[in-house]
Amino acid sequence: MRATRFPARANPAERVSGFIAHLRLNGFGVGPAETTAALQALGAVEATDPQEVRLALRVLLSGDSEGWQRFDALFDAYWYNAGRPRDEVKPKAQSRTRTRPALWQPAGQDGADSQDTAQKEPDPGASETASQGEGRLLATRSESRHRRDLRQCLDPESLRAAETAAERIARAIRDRRSRRRRIARKGHSPNLRATIRKSLASGGDPLEIVLERRPERPMRLVVLCDVSGSMEVYARVFLAFVRGLVSRDTKAEAFLFHTRLIRITAGLAERDPLRLATRLSLLAEGFGGGTDIAGCLDSFAKAHGARLLDRRTLVLILSDGYCTASPEGIGAALTRIKRRAGRIVWLNPLKGWAGYAPVAAGIQAALPHLDAHLAANTLEALAALEPEFAKL
Amino acid sequence: MAEAGSTEGAGFRALQARLRGAGYVADDALAMALHLAGALGRPLLLEGPAGVGKTEVAKALAAVCDTRLIRLQCYEGLDASAAIYEWNYRRQLLAIRAAESGGAALDEDALFDEKYLLRRPLLEAISAEHSPVLLIDEIDRADEEFEAYLLEVLSDFQISIPELGTITARTRPSVILTANGTRDLSDALRRRCLYAHIGYPEREAELAILAARGPDLAPRLAEQIVATVQALRREDLEKKPGVAEMLDWAGALSGLGLNDLAADPATVQATLVCLLKTVADRDAVPPEVLSRLIGRAA
Repeated sequence: MRATRFPARANPAERVSGFIAHLRLNGFGVGPAETTAALQALGAVEATDPQEVRLALRVLLSGDSEGWQRFDALFDAYWYNAGRPRDEVKPKAQSRTRTRPALWQPAGQDGADSQDTAQKEPDPGASETASQGEGRLLATRSESRHRRDLRQCLDPESLRAAETAAERIARAIRDRRSRRRRIARKGHSPNLRATIRKSLASGGDPLEIVLERRPERPMRLVVLCDVSGSMEVYARVFLAFVRGLVSRDTKAEAFLFHTRLIRITAGLAERDPLRLATRLSLLAEGFGGGTDIAGCLDSFAKAHGARLLDRRTLVLILSDGYCTASPEGIGAALTRIKRRAGRIVWLNPLKGWAGYAPVAAGIQAALPHLDAHLAANTLEALAALEPEFAKL
Repeated sequence: MAEAGSTEGAGFRALQARLRGAGYVADDALAMALHLAGALGRPLLLEGPAGVGKTEVAKALAAVCDTRLIRLQCYEGLDASAAIYEWNYRRQLLAIRAAESGGAALDEDALFDEKYLLRRPLLEAISAEHSPVLLIDEIDRADEEFEAYLLEVLSDFQISIPELGTITARTRPSVILTANGTRDLSDALRRRCLYAHIGYPEREAELAILAARGPDLAPRLAEQIVATVQALRREDLEKKPGVAEMLDWAGALSGLGLNDLAADPATVQATLVCLLKTVADRDAVPPEVLSRLIGRAA
């Protein structure tokens, strides 16, 4: 590796502050205070030894375990970037610059936007326009391995409606209180026993009143959303739905799956809807292809089960049950999940159709393990789910 | 921390060697973290899986700096009176009653004297004569309110007691926080702290740890133990065995007088209680799997 050639007039402080800016672009929460600290730290170590500098800056700037893992690549990219393509280690920064123009457009002008793309990049633009017409399936097949733009699937009002419905449902699921009372500093009623016990210390005068309340025992949500080819028409509105479920709850977790499982909880925190769409379409690369429900559920149970699932967890699966891989494993994977989780609910967009029977092998295998199998084909159906969840 | 840095003199390698002398094998990143924490006077936040020696770091550092270790174990509902200070009401009341019966006048100020003050870990760390090592263990178990309070203490190193006035630290304690990922810590706390992630050690490092902390073992057995534990960590287990478990296991094996893991599979299988702590994990490692792991290790 060759070291980066800086302009001769750039002094060390400027280079370090450039490095801090580089980290900031890549999502690290660092600022001027860290620049000062970094220079101090360099004074405390052997600043001419690259390895020591790397270790020192990593300790100082990484902040959490994700940053700790990514730091080395970012360090190399900045200090040794000669001959190394920058995009390789800077996916996040790139996605941001790409979304920036979109921010300047008023929401809801999707048509203008797609024309814009068509002018710049004729080929993908044309196929995107085609996907709005009748040739959808064909276009999807040909495109499934590309990054897809999720913006063009539905109008903003119905997305907003789906999100509101989801927020209501999430609230219905979450708001649970214990029947017992526990001592709490911000309680609502006095706890006599503890108050009297404390009053002994002050000779029988209750100087300190101990309070109690019914603690909240919220159900926790884990959402797994299928974004395979067969679910594509629903994907945009389901993503809005998932976002509504997860956004107000710091403990909820959301995943997308098709042939792989992707955690999107952090991605959903984005406030701006346009940026969110772009970010998710980056996350869900391979979106609109085949599905491996069994494999994804299994990898969820293995990788995240121990951490995310407990008896107060509700696992919500949004899928139509059609999978390209073998469906046998679904039952086994759901049993694994069921062993730890409180409830499993399957939302199926097909179930609302007249004459639907759960004959697909995937859903057949899943049915015995579900606590509920509910319809979710229209916005009305989504909104009507609230009482169902309140019952669970 | 300033002490730790200044007595060092020669950078983080020297600190690493001294930790080694105290029986703690620290990798480069961790040694650098401790060195910088000393040099910059900042708290150090350690994260990593259970049983990789996060708490041991603090003990080793205290031994190296020849100073006291003050430990604050966090738990849900930990509040200022348990962490910082509390007035000893009983003694105060006793003094009042004694004064009443003796008929002597009691000065109110005398009641809020240092001798009625119960010092909890944070106050103790701040008012100590020689800079101690303050270990705040499992900070993620404490409530967010307490975290906010801790931030104030860690940035100014002073505590105000309304009746006595402000107590400012004479020497800065070396602060080490550990977290297990029970909940996410606030960004504010992360920004104040240096950060180091301790993972499971590599093979050589683990052998060194076993040599430093474990019983005297034949080199061959030590290698078998380490290789088997490392192979177990690659299996699909709910709770992977940490370094502490590995040391327990080594202790158990040496207590039983085993010289070769492959020689007595039944006994080795029975000693797995030291490594595998859940029923599912025990079921996941039947004798055949264990002998395969050991066979590969040998």
